[in-house]
Amino acid sequence: MAIETNQMRKFLNEPAQVVKESLAGLAAAHHDLLRYDAAAQIIVRKDAPKKGKVALISGGGSGHEPLHGGFVGLGMLDAACPGEVFTSPVPAQMLAATKAVDGGAGVVHIVKNYTGDVLNFKLAAEDAADEGIKVTSVVIDDDVAVQDSLYTAGRRGVGATVLAEKIAGAAAEAGADLTKVTDAVKRVNDRSRSFGVALSSCVPPASGKPIFELPEGQIELGIGIHGEPGRKRATLSSASEVVDVIVEAVVSDLKPKRGAKVLAFVNGMGGTPLLELYLLYGEVDRKLRAAGVEPVRNLVGSYITSLEMAGASLTVLELDEELTKLWDAPVHTPALRWGA
Amino acid sequence: MDAATITSWMREIDAAVRRERDHLVQLDAAIGDGDHGTNMTRGFEAVVQALDGDPGSPPGKLLILAGRTLVSTVGGASGPLWGSALRSGGRVLGEQPTFEGQELVQVLAAALASVKDLGTAAVGDKTMVDALEPAVDALRTRLTAGASIDDALEAAAVAAETGMRATVPMQARKGRASYLGERSVGHQDPGATSTALMIRALQRAVTGST
Repeated sequence: MAIETNQMRKFLNEPAQVVKESLAGLAAAHHDLLRYDAAAQIIVRKDAPKKGKVALISGGGSGHEPLHGGFVGLGMLDAACPGEVFTSPVPAQMLAATKAVDGGAGVVHIVKNYTGDVLNFKLAAEDAADEGIKVTSVVIDDDVAVQDSLYTAGRRGVGATVLAEKIAGAAAEAGADLTKVTDAVKRVNDRSRSFGVALSSCVPPASGKPIFELPEGQIELGIGIHGEPGRKRATLSSASEVVDVIVEAVVSDLKPKRGAKVLAFVNGMGGTPLLELYLLYGEVDRKLRAAGVEPVRNLVGSYITSLEMAGASLTVLELDEELTKLWDAPVHTPALRWGA
Repeated sequence: MDAATITSWMREIDAAVRRERDHLVQLDAAIGDGDHGTNMTRGFEAVVQALDGDPGSPPGKLLILAGRTLVSTVGGASGPLWGSALRSGGRVLGEQPTFEGQELVQVLAAALASVKDLGTAAVGDKTMVDALEPAVDALRTRLTAGASIDDALEAAAVAAETGMRATVPMQARKGRASYLGERSVGHQDPGATSTALMIRALQRAVTGST
């Protein structure tokens, strides 16, 4: 039976078991691609470890599905470490994943820039080094809504994470060494910027209450992926005007070359239908061209979500020939599949 | 003070974070992501279980075990931060079966140093450091001035609570609350709040055991 409170209506058996039960379901649905190690709470690519291939792992709190478990498979991640909802996983998970996928060529940790993720991955990388595994870590921090400075936790890692996992995963699949795969993650992060907006909060299963209340007619600008409020609240206007704000925020920070070819990623936060995401993409495509850049690749859909939050984010990645080739390379995971 | 003091401290924390779970969740929902109360409850429940399974260890070893348990069960930022803090504190005591007030100061000072180092936070950043540092200072100052351990710990708990309330007008510079910029002002920091609960728990554990 589903669980219902005043403010929550969700398919649950036992709220505390939601992550484990969901991971078991993911593995049941995609047993041809991956397996679920329930004791270690990790999702591992079926054919891992692949001898001689650099392995990629990522992880973070749950509630962002399909990130990261849905990106385990050919041409993307070798393992994913899901924490509790919106809570970073623990070092033992990353260590187990690192050991499970190391094929002797080293392991890249893709870490979203949240204090918890960074600290837990740091402890895990130290443990892995103690066990003689070569590990590199790249922190993704593409969210322009957060002011960056030496005195803060810095920018959050959001949409660029998906693009980095795809592109670096393709590099690893093609036989690139640890340095090259690590560089691919860094290049995607360096050349990507993101900005998100929300029309509603979301309800974490453990608390059963929305994280914030958005008054009628208001929109949150500069949100992350944890149902948290954004940098500021504004009066809701037309989609076109909202996209003006988003594109301006992303492009003014990315500062792409005039005529640059870009990948435009319009991401749903979990509660916004494709009907609206494509509407947004149409606006994004037009406004990017007006701003002097050419979207030659795109991704539209809900790939890095915040439970059932209504909202969307835009990530723009400035492409070059190599990044484009890696983006186009075959991928076969539960959530992304082409060419394979 | 001895191993029983540590066990009783961890039990007091477990009871306190359980009692204040919803309050911590509320504070965290305002400027973070609302999981602090749940994570701390899960962590200290596991700590109490782990300590129950390890009777006879000296106090330093129990603190290290508690720290390791937090790292492996809490996740988020509080797991590594409190986990490293308790492990650093535990290492100060080594194998010794009992400890005195000044050694407790060293334990807490090592814990504080570990939190500041790993979290790169300082007083004024709106984090657990805002409660922990004044508590360590108060404990040291009072003991050096000749106060009893009970009085010094009462002062430390009050200092932590004062530090906790002082986070309300601050703008967060570390952790997830920093993403809110100016909107983090006007909210009490959840990490400083649970830290104050932990120092108060220590005061209760020691006062009850002496």
